[in-house]
Amino acid sequence: MKPPPFDYARPESLEEALDLLARHGDEAKLLAGGQSLMAMLNFRLLAPAILVDINRLDRLAGIEEGDGRLSIGALTRHHALETSDLVAERLPVLHAAMGHVAHLAIRNRGTVGGSLAHADPAAELPAMMCLLDATLRVAGPAGTREISVHDFFTGALETALGDDEILLGIDLPSLPPGTAWGFEEFSRRAGDFALAGVAVLVEPTGAVRLALLGVDETPVRARAAEAELARGALSDAAVGQAVEALRAEISPLDDLHAGADYRRHLAGVLTTRALAAARARLA
Amino acid sequence: MSGRHTITVTVNGRAYTREVAPRLLLADFLREELGLTGTHVGCEHGICGACTVLIDGDSARSCLTLAVQCDGAEVGTIEGLGRVADLGRLQQAFREHHALQCGFCTAGMLITVTDLLAKYPLASEADIREGLSGNLCRCTGYENIVRAVQDLVAAREADPA
Repeated sequence: MKPPPFDYARPESLEEALDLLARHGDEAKLLAGGQSLMAMLNFRLLAPAILVDINRLDRLAGIEEGDGRLSIGALTRHHALETSDLVAERLPVLHAAMGHVAHLAIRNRGTVGGSLAHADPAAELPAMMCLLDATLRVAGPAGTREISVHDFFTGALETALGDDEILLGIDLPSLPPGTAWGFEEFSRRAGDFALAGVAVLVEPTGAVRLALLGVDETPVRARAAEAELARGALSDAAVGQAVEALRAEISPLDDLHAGADYRRHLAGVLTTRALAAARARLA
Repeated sequence: MSGRHTITVTVNGRAYTREVAPRLLLADFLREELGLTGTHVGCEHGICGACTVLIDGDSARSCLTLAVQCDGAEVGTIEGLGRVADLGRLQQAFREHHALQCGFCTAGMLITVTDLLAKYPLASEADIREGLSGNLCRCTGYENIVRAVQDLVAAREADPA
């Protein structure tokens, strides 16, 4: 279908964009890459009074390293993230995940901030932010604030962002040298949203991080499974117990694409594979 | 801010100035305002890939882009890749390999392949298939499209220009 009528504004500055949001409240929608928003408009799932196109806010795009972290601007396109040498070198797990994000034409336009603000629980970037303990930088009428990713995703397609706020970017703390990783996802076709996906990090201290996508209303950090793995030093027995623990701590949805039981099963299989990949990289 | 916007979009090297409603999709702008009907409209939600065009050199879904967003942009469509009497390199490869049957997906396929060839090594058949996975074809079973792209990859390596 065609989108419903709306007004359109293309601010040239962040202040102007914030002012438009302040004036229009929940009648306004931010337009970044538009790869989810435009589809929802075409389906008429949304009917905003005005679209605020932030694509001219060039300062919100870019990837920088400093102060023990990687900072990624909200307007950074998926393709820029996918092809960033800095990301490939510092956060190879994120680089690997980007290879699973949609198709080139979508990655050329879609943005990091858009993916996080849209908060599809089956998308890769929200889960990767949970894995990497991201901090989100947000601007609003009262100035800027920071939100831990672990407080950001509040439900399927719901976040802690206010109607009058704009996501500026994310900060990802550096990983300890020697951190091993694994990423596995399963989708019916390349580029589709995953039925389930898993990312793991194993730090040299033995600490394990495990994040999942597509298996709940939000991305999940499987804390009980992480504890089993750390306690059991990634032994086969510990992996088995971790899989049991994570299958208990997720609540997958039944939908057209897969049943909850299948997704729960898949989460365990993918976790076992991702951990095996991480163990191989440790050796 | 409200009402119609005057935009200037360069399409295949030619500048067009038009007044458009904000909700006009780029796909409909190309087809209905400019008469460039080579860009096809399939699903209108970014899945099928039929409407893929180049925006400032990067492939994009013209059904997920507003015309008003393209003010000042350079858009490339199938009409810019060649003509019936003078087929472009990609079109020629598709013709030689019979990489189309009904032709509905072909414009989007060719634009996607243009961008894939510019950005990726496409070293294996699997990489080519993954690259094409965002463009649905219901006639060919993809085999002949993959062969056409393999030829184009080989030609690119022989002559990187």
